[in-house]
Amino acid sequence: MTRIDETEISPLNATQALTAPRSRWRSKPAGRNTADRVRGLTKHALLIAVGAVMLYPLLWMLASSFKPESVIFSDPSLWPSEWDFSHYAKGWNALAHPFSLFLTNSAIVVAGALIGNLLTCSMAAYAFARLRFRGSKILFAAMLLTLMLPIHVVLVPQYVVFSNIGWVNTFLPLIVPKFLATDAFFIFLMVQFFRSLPRELDEAAKLDGAGYWRTYFQVLLPLSVPALATTAIFTFIWTWNDFFAQLIYLTKPAVQTAPVALRNYVDATSGASWGSLFAMSIVTLIPVFIVFLIGQRYLVKGIATTGLK
Amino acid sequence: MTTQVTTRRSFALRHEERAAWTFLLPWFIGMALITIGPMIASLYFSFTDYNLLSAPEWVGGANYERMLTDARLHKSLVVTFTYVLIGVPLLLVTALALAIVLNRGIRGLPLYRSVYYLPSLLGASVAVGILWRQVFGKEGLVNQFLALFGVEGPGWISNPDTALMTLIVLHVWTFGSSMVIFLAGLRQIPEELYEAASIDGAGRWRQFRSITVPLLTPIIFFNLILGIINSFQTFTQAFVVSGGTGGPADSTLFYSLYLYQQAFGRLNMGYASAMAWLLVVIIAVFTAVNFYFSKRWVFYSDQD
Repeated sequence: MTRIDETEISPLNATQALTAPRSRWRSKPAGRNTADRVRGLTKHALLIAVGAVMLYPLLWMLASSFKPESVIFSDPSLWPSEWDFSHYAKGWNALAHPFSLFLTNSAIVVAGALIGNLLTCSMAAYAFARLRFRGSKILFAAMLLTLMLPIHVVLVPQYVVFSNIGWVNTFLPLIVPKFLATDAFFIFLMVQFFRSLPRELDEAAKLDGAGYWRTYFQVLLPLSVPALATTAIFTFIWTWNDFFAQLIYLTKPAVQTAPVALRNYVDATSGASWGSLFAMSIVTLIPVFIVFLIGQRYLVKGIATTGLK
Repeated sequence: MTTQVTTRRSFALRHEERAAWTFLLPWFIGMALITIGPMIASLYFSFTDYNLLSAPEWVGGANYERMLTDARLHKSLVVTFTYVLIGVPLLLVTALALAIVLNRGIRGLPLYRSVYYLPSLLGASVAVGILWRQVFGKEGLVNQFLALFGVEGPGWISNPDTALMTLIVLHVWTFGSSMVIFLAGLRQIPEELYEAASIDGAGRWRQFRSITVPLLTPIIFFNLILGIINSFQTFTQAFVVSGGTGGPADSTLFYSLYLYQQAFGRLNMGYASAMAWLLVVIIAVFTAVNFYFSKRWVFYSDQD
């Protein structure tokens, strides 16, 4: 396989992209003449048009979840001319269990993944970024290689093992791997972040008699809130949206997560009640949307407090 | 004296090494049990006939031979390659173009950025798959708009000629995350370069070609590699839009989806494992070729 040298991929990675300083605007002095102003307006018109086209389907789905079934297929408007609130109640109770159960299941899986990733990926990252040990370079390269590995190549044996130890239809196959730092992306992200923190911090902590654990917990982690927040946000969204693994491991309705339940609902209705299908789709998108809103602010704050190279 | 220092040093090093292993312990266990162990097992399974119920039976290279004549596998490769080769460049060009427009100190940048970024967070969800099914359905949103102009659109998703295209559109719809990475990259280009070029009389286009693009190539490359690796594994949207079949007429039979059908629909675990290894080889070859050609177009500044 290809060797990935960490210097070969530019130091500018997704982390820094999201936490990069917002300074250095390359703005020209505000448009003085008419030509500049016209160009500016055209640009904004174009940007707004692109944004509108992108958001239209989402907003339309939201509006349609409040429209009477009969007009969903004939009314492209974003504002229901006639309101129908029944879709949410209907969708909520349409499957063998109320939708709240599927949302709770999703929340449990997400919570497990969050704790696992935050703890074990940051631990591994600390070792890679700060500690000297034999084979560190080779192991780091191996870690990076796993980024490229399609999950399919471990899927079948993992399934065999998990089903043999009775873990199918539990959340364990979805949570336990997260406690074993299997999301290499986040290790890489935090290694990059730790490396941007001055080493003098560690040395000062050492002089004060702090061991490695205290340096990690009390010096590095508190300074790494932006990286931890980025990890938390992405873990939340990716796990909440994850479908493949949840589809494979959760086959009994009582343990199914929101995406799997939603998928089953498509079959159950066979396209007969788009209103309630849309309503439940909106319900599953709301948590992601909220995390996005909170996360945005958090990331911007992280940008101000960290000076990444 | 010297010996004492060395022993103390090596003691400290040993101590540090032990600490490193403690911190790496979860990762190491994961690497062994969740990644490398299963990889070896899957390589073994790929040479067997295995249906979960009875023990794997060694069949040599039969699974790999079968791939040569499996028409659905070939179809799934065509679908996936089409998707990757059209979808990834289209997404990157869109992301780069909008990043450049947004970078010019535009008012309302945070709002634009949020609006463009949001779909990339939602794009992988089942809910958006359901939405897409409706938007491009026979009586869907797209056709409702076309009807306003008196055009009667086809059922985009039920037509084998257009079904894959709707999924490529969905992929391009999620350009926001790449755009954010490009934006950050653009910010890192020193202002002085543009000032100097401007003094030398370089116009905007020339500055774009000679400063922006070369300095951005590492990030384009980074996005390209990750985009290709991820797109080869596309599953959810094909599964939701086609109802798990890959239809109509296998036109959305993504490689991942076919692998899933083989493994969990027909319990052909041996064949699915062989397919997984073919995917590893394909991704490795693509990445290697990209790295090879990157020497010709990716520019790394020396000062880094």
